[in-house]
Amino acid sequence: MKLSGAQIVWESLVREGVKTVFGISGGAVIHLYHALPDYPIHHVLMRHEQGAAHAADGYARATGQVGVCMATSGPGATNLVTGLATAYMDSSPVVAITGQVATPFIGTDAFQEVDITGITLPITKHNYLVTDVRELATVIKEAFYIARTGRPGPVLIDIAKDVQAAQTEYVYPDEVNLPGYRLPRPVPVEQIRQIAEMINAATKPLIIAGHGVILAGAEDALLELVEKARIPVVTTLLGISSIPETHPLCLGMGGMHGEAHTNMALSNADLIVSLGCRFDDRLTGPVSHFARQARIVHVDVDAAELGKNVRPDLAVAGDLREVLPALVPLVEPADHAEWLECIQEWRLDSARRDILNRETDNRLLPQYVVRQIWQATEGEVIVVSDVGQNQMWEAQYFFHHRRRGLISSGGLGTMGFALPAAIGVQMARPDQQVWVTAGDGGFQMNIQELATVVQEKLPLKIAILNNGYLGMVRQWQQLFFEGRYSGTPLLGPNFAKVAEAYGIPGLRVCEKAEVVPAIQQALATPGPFLIDFLIEQEENVYPMVAPGSPICNMIRRPLETEEV
Amino acid sequence: MKHTLVALMEDKPGVLNRVSGLFRRRNYNIESLSVGHSETPGISRMTIVVNGDERVVDQVVKQLEKLVNVTQVWNVTNMPTVVRELALIKVKAAHGTRSEIVELVNIFRARVVDVGATSLTIEITGPEDRVNSLIDLLRPFGIEEMARTGRVAMVRGGNGKSGEATSR
Ligand SMILES: Cc1ncc(C[n+]2csc(CCOP(=O)(O)OP(=O)(O)O)c2C)c(N)n1
Ligand SMILES: [Mg+2]
Repeated sequence: MKLSGAQIVWESLVREGVKTVFGISGGAVIHLYHALPDYPIHHVLMRHEQGAAHAADGYARATGQVGVCMATSGPGATNLVTGLATAYMDSSPVVAITGQVATPFIGTDAFQEVDITGITLPITKHNYLVTDVRELATVIKEAFYIARTGRPGPVLIDIAKDVQAAQTEYVYPDEVNLPGYRLPRPVPVEQIRQIAEMINAATKPLIIAGHGVILAGAEDALLELVEKARIPVVTTLLGISSIPETHPLCLGMGGMHGEAHTNMALSNADLIVSLGCRFDDRLTGPVSHFARQARIVHVDVDAAELGKNVRPDLAVAGDLREVLPALVPLVEPADHAEWLECIQEWRLDSARRDILNRETDNRLLPQYVVRQIWQATEGEVIVVSDVGQNQMWEAQYFFHHRRRGLISSGGLGTMGFALPAAIGVQMARPDQQVWVTAGDGGFQMNIQELATVVQEKLPLKIAILNNGYLGMVRQWQQLFFEGRYSGTPLLGPNFAKVAEAYGIPGLRVCEKAEVVPAIQQALATPGPFLIDFLIEQEENVYPMVAPGSPICNMIRRPLETEEV
Repeated sequence: MKHTLVALMEDKPGVLNRVSGLFRRRNYNIESLSVGHSETPGISRMTIVVNGDERVVDQVVKQLEKLVNVTQVWNVTNMPTVVRELALIKVKAAHGTRSEIVELVNIFRARVVDVGATSLTIEITGPEDRVNSLIDLLRPFGIEEMARTGRVAMVRGGNGKSGEATSR
């Protein structure tokens, strides 16, 4: 069968099971778009290529399947960059397809030519420039394979325009031939036994559950392990939802804005078993002071993560999907009563300091908003959060018990991620209710995607925690830079009215008493809904570990009685 | 400490860029890097000399292994190896000094490969320290130009490839 390059792309995507592609067209992909209507693939026209990349990323994170985005050469391709870097940092399987100028023009600074394979070299797992139509099918096969296997990540395919038009015999390979691509090897039983021995010997064990648990689909085995040996779990930001946050052994997120009891647990444990976490500095603080009491077991699918940041006592390169089920039978039942009691004490102290336990507080607090969304939805939703204080409040006050229930940009911390990523999430999971939580700053970075929400008739519920500041930066300025609010006060529009202009009903909420009714209205309204919560402007995220401090040195919210 | 790594990689456009980009991005301190064909068509062989402690080198090896086009990586530092470097050195040679230079060249079993009116071009192949010694001795005469290939290495003996028997 002879096909054009453009047809080969779509035909191959269909064979890879792709149903949705997020993109924006242009001169260098015009052949691709011309062929598209012949294939059973839904193209979501985004309003910015960054949005397309985030949407593909959101799609991937919600399902574990490869998300696909598409852009033209030059500015279309460069607009993908932030989205690809976001996916790369968070190990998200994305395939990006870009058009390139025709082969004879490559290297001549032709109109809309940009070296996108060069640009994306450090932010993709791999990338390809296709200049021969006969290679195209193989490249697509490899790209999907690389994106979703091992430690997942984005792969970019740059296709010269003349290649899209050229014809060739189409054969989609059954297998890939990648001699240099290594998948994790089976973990020797001896190593698994060693992990079990260390767990069985520990009196104060602690698990750190990272994104890897979710990527491996190892949540069941994690829960089994945790319950069998009664080991408390601290998660990373992206590890949230690897274990239900309503589970008594789940302590919540640790690190810079971790609840105090999680950081106390990390600092006092005698054994830390890290599962699919890369010991990011936001979790560890200075590594020389991290978990000094603990022996550390580090299990990761990517061998290069072992010893990169923290030096483990036992390093295990392997897939959690295999390691955890093999580990569970070797671990002895235990109750760790003393250790758990000790953690419970710290937990009670956290609760005493929790601002939501102050009934007299009538200000419109972001923590309250997040908690009310959780209560009203019973947590049965997927939340896609943006970056900044709002992200931390969401992580602290929403208890995620659903798998893949929180989607957020962790490694890159990309403001503007939430709305477009939520579009991808909702496209992938039409059966689920999806909430966006965002700050007033980040929301304005991809606000144009409201048009895509309407165009695709997506019933997204959007909550903006509007503090009139680039709040997280303002908090740093308040705490560490003499309170100089330089470049952080932020003028925003009336977001409810903006939403209305796009055809999305919106509400502005200024009083605490209006919060619950507004959320109820959002839930009762079919289709999308936006609520602009005008929250307390200078509220801070607590606890906070000052940059450079050990994570046990937290700036705590003062006890009410301590306040003057 | 200096470590010697040998890497095999697919001979495709951009692969060298991927490797050098990795070193730059991760801030690895590369002393020398030399690349050429291997015994297998389509596969290039690179010898990399990297400066750093065990941990840094361990990271370099693992990050290299993650590159899709890199098929094999060995750290041959602690293996019995044949290590060679080639240097071309153009040194000022006047009437009075010419024979003195040629004498040095002979002692080092190097070769004079070009004779100019005011200079000699010398080729030396050998372990790095021998190349360094000759360069040090030639320096007082005035070195006009120099090109060094960087280290290439091969594990001694056996019938397999570098380090295959002792592979990590
Ligand atoms: C694209 C991008 N630019 C800048 C930053 C740095 N940054 C981190 S948080 C933050 C403030 C976010 O403000 P807003 O979206 O209003 O959220 P808030 O912290 O107020 O909840 C900034 C500027 C970033 N993370 N991403
Ligand atoms: Mg804000």
